[in-house]
Amino acid sequence: MMAVSKKQARALVIFSGGIVLVFGGGQVFHHVFASNRQEPVAAGAAAGPAAPAPEPATLHPVHYRLPSGAPRVSTGTTDPGGQPVAVACSTCHTTTKPNFQTHSGAQLVQFHQGLNYVHGNLTCLSCHNDQDYNSLHLANHQRVEFTDVMQLCAQCHGHQWESYQHGAHGGMNGHWDLTRGARTRNICTNCHDPHAPKFPLVQPIFPPRDRISVPLPGHQLQETTSLKPATSTSPPHHGTP
Amino acid sequence: MSSNGPTGKEGNGGTDGGGGGCGKSDCGCVSRRTVMKGVGATLGTAAFARAIAPLTEWAANISADEFLQRHYKELSLVDLNIVLRRLEKETKDDYGAEVTISDPKPQEGVKFGYALNLSVCNGCRKCAEACHIENNHDRPSHQSYIRVFEMQKGTMDMEQGNVNYDKPVPQPDKFYMPVQCQQCEHPPCVDVCPVEATWKEPDGIVVVDYNWCIGCRYCEAACPYHARRFNWTKPEIPKEEINPDQGYLSNRIRPQGTMEKCTFCLHRTRNGRLPACLEACPTGARVFGNLLDPKSEIRWVLEHKRVFILKEDLGLKPQFFYFFDS
Repeated sequence: MMAVSKKQARALVIFSGGIVLVFGGGQVFHHVFASNRQEPVAAGAAAGPAAPAPEPATLHPVHYRLPSGAPRVSTGTTDPGGQPVAVACSTCHTTTKPNFQTHSGAQLVQFHQGLNYVHGNLTCLSCHNDQDYNSLHLANHQRVEFTDVMQLCAQCHGHQWESYQHGAHGGMNGHWDLTRGARTRNICTNCHDPHAPKFPLVQPIFPPRDRISVPLPGHQLQETTSLKPATSTSPPHHGTP
Repeated sequence: MSSNGPTGKEGNGGTDGGGGGCGKSDCGCVSRRTVMKGVGATLGTAAFARAIAPLTEWAANISADEFLQRHYKELSLVDLNIVLRRLEKETKDDYGAEVTISDPKPQEGVKFGYALNLSVCNGCRKCAEACHIENNHDRPSHQSYIRVFEMQKGTMDMEQGNVNYDKPVPQPDKFYMPVQCQQCEHPPCVDVCPVEATWKEPDGIVVVDYNWCIGCRYCEAACPYHARRFNWTKPEIPKEEINPDQGYLSNRIRPQGTMEKCTFCLHRTRNGRLPACLEACPTGARVFGNLLDPKSEIRWVLEHKRVFILKEDLGLKPQFFYFFDS
């Protein structure tokens, strides 16, 4: 009963041969496809940097919009070529005696008369360096260059300075992701006039003219309050007759 | 006659009723049945022609390719490229502008967050203007994804805010709150879309496939931040003002009759750049970054400032935050 006929044995051999063929063929097929797929990846890896690189990426720099140096003051005159003449602070201030009481441009008779000064109770020489007018000084009389003015501001405005250091104060441009590009940041004096740091009033730009804000020409603005049921004027309908 | 049965009925159709026709089967007169058939066929044809009339009108402004275009998520890279090139060509034909439409993908390990400092925002609307320009908004309607609310100090109800202020800002008794898409974790606008034309991407940005949107405006109604806009007309933009750096899911010029919304400028931010509204802000009120990076600026703000979420009680978990200096 358990014996297998010749015919059955032959069928078994053919069947198993077929299975081997199918699996083997599949492998060859898979191999061909896999090599096809891998080719462009290999080419890309050869051309550019290796893709799986867990090493820390090099960061692009953060630029600060620093002043070029000490400011120059306009003399109100022009040279023979018609160009306005500007001079360094030290041109005049090396020979004039410093006045520690001055706290407004209106107190002066030469230069800086029109200076709008609204910055606490500071005097000019609270920040400007009486030893060298081409620089500034900190509260401890340590000299600070004009390009490092943020150190000076930070002495009093610590909260803003802390936020600034963490990117939470001050405008910027460029990339949020420094691994992909650089960033340019404003410094204090790009936005705040150091002599009058409070932001001035500005005229806002036009609002969008959509149905919620300003109606388009020829359309009435829908009053949202008019949609509410008028509780005070209309009597309730469900009351007793 | 009545005994003839069915054969008699067939042979002498019309004579029993005594209505139309002359009674002779071969006289050539029009029977009532034929008239009714003719009327029916004419009415049917007319109704069919009327029904397909929109198709013939519509063929003028929608190409067969656009009509047959599949959902964004079902497009293969090859198909997507064909679509992008077609859209570039359509922009060239419609607006005369050479533009590049790309489709930057979400970055691994990035989830965008945005915070806005209400202590320093002065309500100048420069952000709204930058959005208007960057995102190729319709010029006549001054459209923008940002709406700045002028709010009474001491209040927090956005619905009471005034968006039409035109006096110099900031007014002493007011504060200013710009509102745009908050990129909710549970966006109600996505839930209500009947055709799945809008969805939330892995980096948190809620996007719209403008070619799949049917313009039903359910999402506009569902959004508690009034952040979605509808293109009532075909956007009008002078050729030279069109921003040529465009994204399929963001600032390409939207077709008429579709919804649009803030995408955190994904054509910029997915390439590492800052959003246009942030760069335009003259007060530095805006902070943008990766919520998943513990060293990012946005994380520092969330951990160190007094942060609040607009309409937090709705439980939508926005990725947009407001904060105060303290």
